[in-house]
Amino acid sequence: MSDYNFAYLDEQTKRMIRRAILKALAVPGYQVPFASREMPMPYGWGTGGVQVSAACLVPEDRLKVIDQGADDTTNAVSIRRFFEKTAGVATTTKTTEATLIQTRHRIPEEPLTRDQILVYQVPIPEPLRFLEPRETETRKMHSLEEYGLVHVKLYEDIARHGQIATSYAYPVKVEGRYVMDPSPIPKFDNPKLESEAIQLFGAGREQRIYALPPYCHVVSLDFEDHPFVASKADHACDLCGSNSTYLDEVIVDDAGGRMFVCSDTDYCEGRRAAGHLGRLAAPLGQENAA
Amino acid sequence: MDQAVMSGGFVDPPIQSAWAFRAAMTAMARPGEIVTVDGGSAPAPVSVAASVLLLMLCDPGTPVWLASSHDSAALRRWIAFHTGAPVVQTKEQAVFALGKWDRLCPLAAFPVGTAEYPDRAATLIVEMDELQPEGAVLQGPGIKGSARLNLPDVAVFRANRALFPLGLDFFFTCGDRLAALPRSAVVTAAGGSV
Repeated sequence: MSDYNFAYLDEQTKRMIRRAILKALAVPGYQVPFASREMPMPYGWGTGGVQVSAACLVPEDRLKVIDQGADDTTNAVSIRRFFEKTAGVATTTKTTEATLIQTRHRIPEEPLTRDQILVYQVPIPEPLRFLEPRETETRKMHSLEEYGLVHVKLYEDIARHGQIATSYAYPVKVEGRYVMDPSPIPKFDNPKLESEAIQLFGAGREQRIYALPPYCHVVSLDFEDHPFVASKADHACDLCGSNSTYLDEVIVDDAGGRMFVCSDTDYCEGRRAAGHLGRLAAPLGQENAA
Repeated sequence: MDQAVMSGGFVDPPIQSAWAFRAAMTAMARPGEIVTVDGGSAPAPVSVAASVLLLMLCDPGTPVWLASSHDSAALRRWIAFHTGAPVVQTKEQAVFALGKWDRLCPLAAFPVGTAEYPDRAATLIVEMDELQPEGAVLQGPGIKGSARLNLPDVAVFRANRALFPLGLDFFFTCGDRLAALPRSAVVTAAGGSV
């Protein structure tokens, strides 16, 4: 262990965050203001998620951190190391072994269980912010349940593009009351917002915490004649062959070559370890042989 | 200051409050689920679970209102020493309230939040003689199908739900066990409608 207090934050701060989390769970989808602290990382790198995780962690936890589905990117690695150092918790890259998962912009492909907590890093928590810049007004709109603007935005998408062009941070209505920004997850992940796990959202710079209790009713906004579609690239993963996962497109040369790979690296590795091979994959363990 | 006032706090606050919060969060996220906590003991008649909630959640920024069933000089000194929370005279000022159900009622004066800030509502810690997964039926966010809990009333909680998204949130404590009822839960009496 280190000379930091457990999980970095002081106890007074954690109490304040914990009270906000409890209120957030009691009013699903409502953004609870909290006194966000400066963290030893820049805004935009998950300061909100880190504060929520710090308030939730217990020493027995096994922490997983993903950034766009990957366990091995800078943001994920640095946050995992941060809590290894300040909380002394075990870490993992396996979704099934994790008890607390902090995520940036993805929900793991593996369905979460009731023993898990998912913490989202949120850049802009306010789903109405790009439609109405004033906080005083958006707050009033939420209190009056005045969400016509969001539907106008979706309608304008259809008028301009023939379909709803919003592909990430797709707005949802929670328990028939609050419209909520699910953070910039692809809309492919929206159906997974109805989960057995507790889901907590932390926005550090914007100083908001919100939450979805398990089995919470979450509906992606749409129209009868333009129903919500959880779209993804129309390919199979080139490494594990999966047809049902969210894919990243990777440019592989300067002649237009490209490949599609699972965004969830742990899920993809698991499938390859089980013997599934995609179009471009070498058998696991023989990557360098070819 | 006597020994009873200074004892009964967390021995290792960062770790024990983390455990306590996970239990309390589980209870609030899954209404009706009964969890076990330990590590705190306020002067009688406060239960272990209620003591742990006070230690874990209260600080100088959270006024506490004590019902007559629990209000005592010893408890006031214990709260002041361990949490620094002010004990207030009126329900309108309360962020937390502690006591037996019949002494907490009527609930109308507790803050239920405002339309723009529904989080500014009181959390009531209700001390129970027993806590069992039977009786009133709970439905809503956090509950798969339905759950049951021996709530002290039904009509009061239905009226509270009607205020949603405003309303009070409740912890029920008994010994070292606790359960929670957020304002979002829909309560019906056992064996039919109210």
